[in-house]
Parts: sequence; structure tokens; C-alpha cells
Amino acid sequence: MSELNKTLSGAAPIILSDRPLRLRLGAPALLLIAFVAVPLIGNDYWLGVILVPFLILSLAGVGLNLLTGYAGQTSLGSGGFMAVGAFAAFDFVVHGGLPLPAALFLAGLIAAATGLLFGLPSDRIKGFYLMVSSLAAQFFFEWLFLKIPWFYNYDSAGTIALPRLDVFGLDVSSAPARYYVTLIIVLALTWFAANLVRSQTGRSWMAIRDMDTAAAVTGVPVYRTKVLAFAISSFYLGIAGALWAFFYLGSASVQSFGIARSFEVLFIIIIGGMGSISGNFIGAAFIGLMPLAIDHVAQHFFAGHVDAGLLQNIQKAIFGLLIIWFLIKEPDGLARLFKTIAGRVSRWPLRF
Amino acid sequence: MRTENAIQQTMHGHSRVKEKFMKRLILTGLLATSFAAADLIAPAAYAGDNEQYVPLPTYRVGAYASSGTLWWAGEIDYFRYINEVEGGINGVKLKVEEFETEWSPDRTVEVYERVKNGKDGAPVAFFFTHGTPATYALTERAVKDKIPLVDPAGGQPEATNGLVFSYVFPLLLNYYSQASVGINYIAQKEGGLDKLKGKKIVTVYHDSAYGRASQPAIAILAKKYGFENIQIPVADPGSEQSPQWRQVREAKPDWIFLRTWGVSTPVAIKTAARFGIPVDHIIGDVWAGSEADVIPAGTAAKGYQALAPYPGGADFEIHGRLRKTILEAGKSDLRDPKFFGAVYYNIGLINAALAVEALRTGQDKFGHRPLNGEEGHWAFEHLTIDDARLKKIGFLGLLQRIKLSPSDHEGGGAARIQQWDGQKWVLVTDWIQADHDTLAPLIEEKSAAYAKDRGIAPRNTGAEN
Repeated sequence: MSELNKTLSGAAPIILSDRPLRLRLGAPALLLIAFVAVPLIGNDYWLGVILVPFLILSLAGVGLNLLTGYAGQTSLGSGGFMAVGAFAAFDFVVHGGLPLPAALFLAGLIAAATGLLFGLPSDRIKGFYLMVSSLAAQFFFEWLFLKIPWFYNYDSAGTIALPRLDVFGLDVSSAPARYYVTLIIVLALTWFAANLVRSQTGRSWMAIRDMDTAAAVTGVPVYRTKVLAFAISSFYLGIAGALWAFFYLGSASVQSFGIARSFEVLFIIIIGGMGSISGNFIGAAFIGLMPLAIDHVAQHFFAGHVDAGLLQNIQKAIFGLLIIWFLIKEPDGLARLFKTIAGRVSRWPLRF
Repeated sequence: MRTENAIQQTMHGHSRVKEKFMKRLILTGLLATSFAAADLIAPAAYAGDNEQYVPLPTYRVGAYASSGTLWWAGEIDYFRYINEVEGGINGVKLKVEEFETEWSPDRTVEVYERVKNGKDGAPVAFFFTHGTPATYALTERAVKDKIPLVDPAGGQPEATNGLVFSYVFPLLLNYYSQASVGINYIAQKEGGLDKLKGKKIVTVYHDSAYGRASQPAIAILAKKYGFENIQIPVADPGSEQSPQWRQVREAKPDWIFLRTWGVSTPVAIKTAARFGIPVDHIIGDVWAGSEADVIPAGTAAKGYQALAPYPGGADFEIHGRLRKTILEAGKSDLRDPKFFGAVYYNIGLINAALAVEALRTGQDKFGHRPLNGEEGHWAFEHLTIDDARLKKIGFLGLLQRIKLSPSDHEGGGAARIQQWDGQKWVLVTDWIQADHDTLAPLIEEKSAAYAKDRGIAPRNTGAEN
């Protein structure tokens, strides 16, 4: 489309990109909706069970996207790093007696450190092989947080739960409060990520992703930059894990951070769009909310008329078909698809 | 850029028909979703003034679906029987609705939040969690929302102490009692508790919170009776267990207590046979004692015994009633009638019957109308099912006597032992009671620790009654 703009308006494309325009209008509008409109119209179910997990999964998506979408390093260890964040935050509160915000931040740092550690093999291995080595992180942490009772404070069920959910002395256990805290953290970290990928670090990541030999030739310290991507990505995932455990579920065990979670986060960035920040939110909405929407529709129209087991399997099949259909329609993810549609809408009814 | 152009070209190059189809598809989807959303936002009160809402978080998809489907069939068949044959509970019909969770605690939390306020004016009196991890995830929410979580033969053993865990009900037989019943049965076979002295009892367990849950209880019993307690873990999923059973053989145990789950049970039975360990000296616990656990093990399982708070078999009184009114009337949720009376089907029947009896108890106090969560809580805490009642509802022999109180949320604490004869489960004992006096201090200690961690003040029931 912009190609066409160029040809139409000569050498200097004045309306080359609609991005600044949309940002100016879109960002404040979105913030207004998120901070004011949504809590006004949403009830506890919507805020606490639909939007909070959606925001947290988006954050996890941002984390993995920094690593995979921008730096080009594949990973299937997202669930493991989320578990590190959750258990570390719990241990800082319970064993260390730290307040929640500090524990959350330190838990992110711990997750970053483990990410750095498991990123070390990226010096020698690439692609699918790296992905398989990241599986080691996943299984190691699942094992660790089951095997050593100190991590879950000798709870007989192996679950972790905070005694109180408060931030700076304020009780944040109600659904709207949990929503606001999650929203603020997710937005702050997303804002940081959006700036990061436009900084020198982000550009080095993309250089490595596109061709690491070329990046090395142009003076990018390849190894250090890769490991940095692992660390920052894991920081995000760690925070997301802690939020998932305490601001969404309330209590968690390793079961909530299994390999299925890693795949879920990976699907979010594939569906949403690799190398896109907004794509994570679209992907999380699709992966997290679409099965619920299908379930609601199915419950509303078919419950009682169709065999329940069959209905559940049909829902799975529909979800799978939607994924395939979207990926055929737009292999670059929903973020690109939305951009294309937005472009078309802004010019409607004129066609190029 | 390149892709964008390619897409443009595709869109223009190809026929308009496709585009129209796409639009229609999206429109239909949006329309359907908005209907569902409307349903979600406004719980209209147009029906069900005299209905009790019973949401069931089930798993018909995923790794545990095969046993799950029988379980839900049992529950749904019994609820249908109550609704259609008995006309509801004192005229109050049960409005049952299923929600898929794939056995994920995270999805169960979502379902719980979706249903906790009831539906169309029909209130929720209790919530079956259908899984121990889900019970853990919901424990604190349930207290806040005043909805009893019912998880028979599962959950944290210390939740038996209802003074601390006021809204959790690990009915029938908690994990400590399961261990105790197992040991008591072994003593019975050996000819008395005093004969346990010097014996070797190996526990092969699934290395998870579930598998380890009974360890403190066995440790106490080992100390009391003087048997040697050897614990051998099997990592999930447990599809290869040669090292463990080699270890078992080296220990030369007198008895083996098998606390596995899922695929690890048949593998354990088969591997034990390979190492020449007599199968009739292996005693499975509750979740290792269904048809799904022994049929895959083939002939190796013949003679295997298991704890049965949920006995298998289709010859109990209630099965006769269901066969006539539900199964043969074509109203059963069971797809293959072969599984009528399977252990998992009976689990469903028993759990449903417990819920129905609790609602009946509650209605006797609060009136013949649907109950809310708080009333359901009172009802479960005062649930009593004696032999006369068991006989009346057709569960004699299938369900043990039940008596709950605010401080005892287990209410039973017994199991029968059943043995696999190669074709079906045969009950070999009557109800064997757990040693509650020995286990009480353990429950006291663990629940006190929990109360301290979470800042819960134990209830004073004197003030409530």
C-alpha cells in the first residue's frame, strides 16, 4: 500500500505511513478504555478471570517475542522461566519477608539470571537444536519446584500462595485492584519493550536474527547480545509467572507452568506476529480468549442437544481450524492482518 | 512490504466470492459471540425459581478423558434419575451444566468464576472441583464467596479440619486415611496389628504432591507398629519403572502399597510381575484401583487388590433402579453400557448421591427450595447418612456410613478392599476403618501450620451452633 502511495504522490510520500496518526489517536484512546471504561462496565468475572489472564499472557508473549521475534533465538522454556518468577517471588515474600513489589522485581532478576544461564548454549547451537536445549530449562524447573520442598515452604500440596496480596500497604485482592496492578505493570513493561526494540540493543537483536554472521561483521557482539536477549526475555516471563500465580490464580503449583504453558506462549507470538509488540496482545486475545468465546457460544446454543464429549472435541477442532485459516491468510500473524484491514478501512470506499 | 503486496494481489486476483464468504463468516462469528456475551453480562431471571444449579467442571478432552467420561456419566445419570424419576429433591430440580477444563486447575478457576453466582436465578450450593490441584487453587476464593468445594477422596488431608478449612470438603477418605486403611488391611492379613512389627512395607508412589501426600501418615504408623517403611518414587508419567522394581525386589518387602496414578499403575503391575513380585501382595490405593489400571496390565493384574471407598460392580440396589429407569430408557450419558458399574462410573454415582443427600439435609433445615452456598455449607457440615438411609437410596454396600461435623469434613474414613479376578473387581472385605485417633494429631498440626501461614483464625463452632 505504501508502495502505491509512493508511486502516486511522487518521490516524497507525505502520507507514507499512517502509523504516527494512529498512534496519536490510538494510544490515549486505548489507555482511556483500559483504565476507565473497562473497569466501569466490566464485572468481577470479566476483570478477574478474562482480562487479568489476558494481560499476563500478553506480557509473557512480549517476553518471548523479544527473544524469538526480535533476537531470533527459539525457546520452549517459557513455562519454566514463569515458574522461576512465581516461586522466587513467593520465596522472597515468605522466607525473605520482603514486600510484594520488591519481591516481584527481584523475582524478575532471578528469572533473568536463570535465563542468562540457559542462554549460554546459544553461543554454539542454533534453531531447532537451541529450542531442544531450552526444553531442558522447562523440565529442570518443573522437577526442581516439585522436588525441593523449601521452594514451596514445605506445603503438603506443593502449592504456593501469598499470605496477603498488598502493594505499599494497600489491599489489592479484589478483582478491580488486581486488574489495575496487572495493567500498570504490563503497560510499563510493554512501553519499555517497545522502546528497547527501537534502541541499539533492539537493532542488534534484529541484525542477529536476520543474519548473525553479517551482524558480527558489522561489529555487533553476537554472543553477548544473544545472552542479553535471554536474560531480558526471562525477566519478562518471570514477572508474568509471578503475576499469573498471585494476581490471577491466587495459588499455583508447577502444574500451572508445564510444557503446555510454553507452547501457549509460543503460539501467542506465532499467531500474534513475530517481531511485533502489539501482536502479543492480539495473539493472547486469540489464544486465551477464543476458546472461551467458542465455549460460551457452544454452551449457549448447543448444550444439552449435542453429546458433551463430541461438543468439546468439536470446539477444539474449530479452534484448530481458525488457527490454520488465519495463518494461511496471513503468515506474519494477526498484527499484520489487522494492519492490512485498518489500512483498507481508512481508505474505504476507495480502492487502490 | 513484500508480503503485504502479495496479500493485496491475492485479494484482488482471486474471486470476490471468497471475500464475501469471509465477511459472512466473520459476521456470523461476531453475532454468535455477541449473543453469548449478552448471556454472560446479564443473567436474566426468567426461569428456574425452583431449580438448583449444579455446574460440573469436567474433562472430556485430554490425557485423563477416558476415565473422566465414565465419572461424568455416573454423576449425570444419578442427577437425571433424581430429576426425572424422583421429581427432583422435594420438588427442586437440579439444573446440571458441564464445562470443559482438560483437568487444568487454571481453567477450573475460570469455570468457577463463571458459575459462582448461579444461573438464571438458580443458585449454586456446592462446587465439585473434580481434581485435587483445582481444589488447592480455589480454596481461598471459596471462603470469600462462601461456596463449599467438594472433592471426595482427594484434596489436602489437613482440610479434614473444617475449623480451619471451612469451605473444603475432602469427603469419604482423605490421603492419610487411605494409608491407614491400607496398613490396617495388611495387619488383618497378617493376623493382627502386633504382627506388623519387623515387617517391611514398601510404598511405590507417583512423585507428585498427590503421591507424597500420605507419607507423614505412614511414617507415624510405622513408628507406632514397628514396621519398616520404605518409600520409592516414580517420576511422572512413569511409563518405565525397571529401576524402581529392581529396588523393590532387593528390599524383599512383605507388602507393597502402590500409590500411582494414570499410566504408571498398569506399568507398575506389569513390571512387578516381570521381577517376580507376587501381585496379591500389592495393594493399590484409591486412584490406582479402577478397570483402567488393571485391564492394560493383562494377566499380570490377576489377584491385584485395591482400596475401594468406591467399589466396582453393577449389582448394587441403585444399579437395578438406574438400569430400569435410565439405562434402558435410553437416557444414560454412558456411551458404552459395558462400563455400567465400572469403578469410575460408581465414583460419579457416589459423589452425586453425597451431593443430593447434602441438599436434602439442607432443605430439611432451610425449607424445600434451592440453597445458596452458605446454606450448602451448613448442609454438608451436618450431612449424616446411616444404614437405613443407605438402604433407602439403594447405596448399601456401595457407600459407607457418613457423618460430618464442622470439625470433621471427611465424615467417613473407611474403604473396602476389592480384588481383580481377571474379569471384574470382587469385594473381599467389608468396610475397614482408618485409625483416626492416631492420625488426628497430624491433621491438627498441619492445619494449625496452614492457619498460621495464611493468618486464619480457626472457627469457634460453639458460637455458631
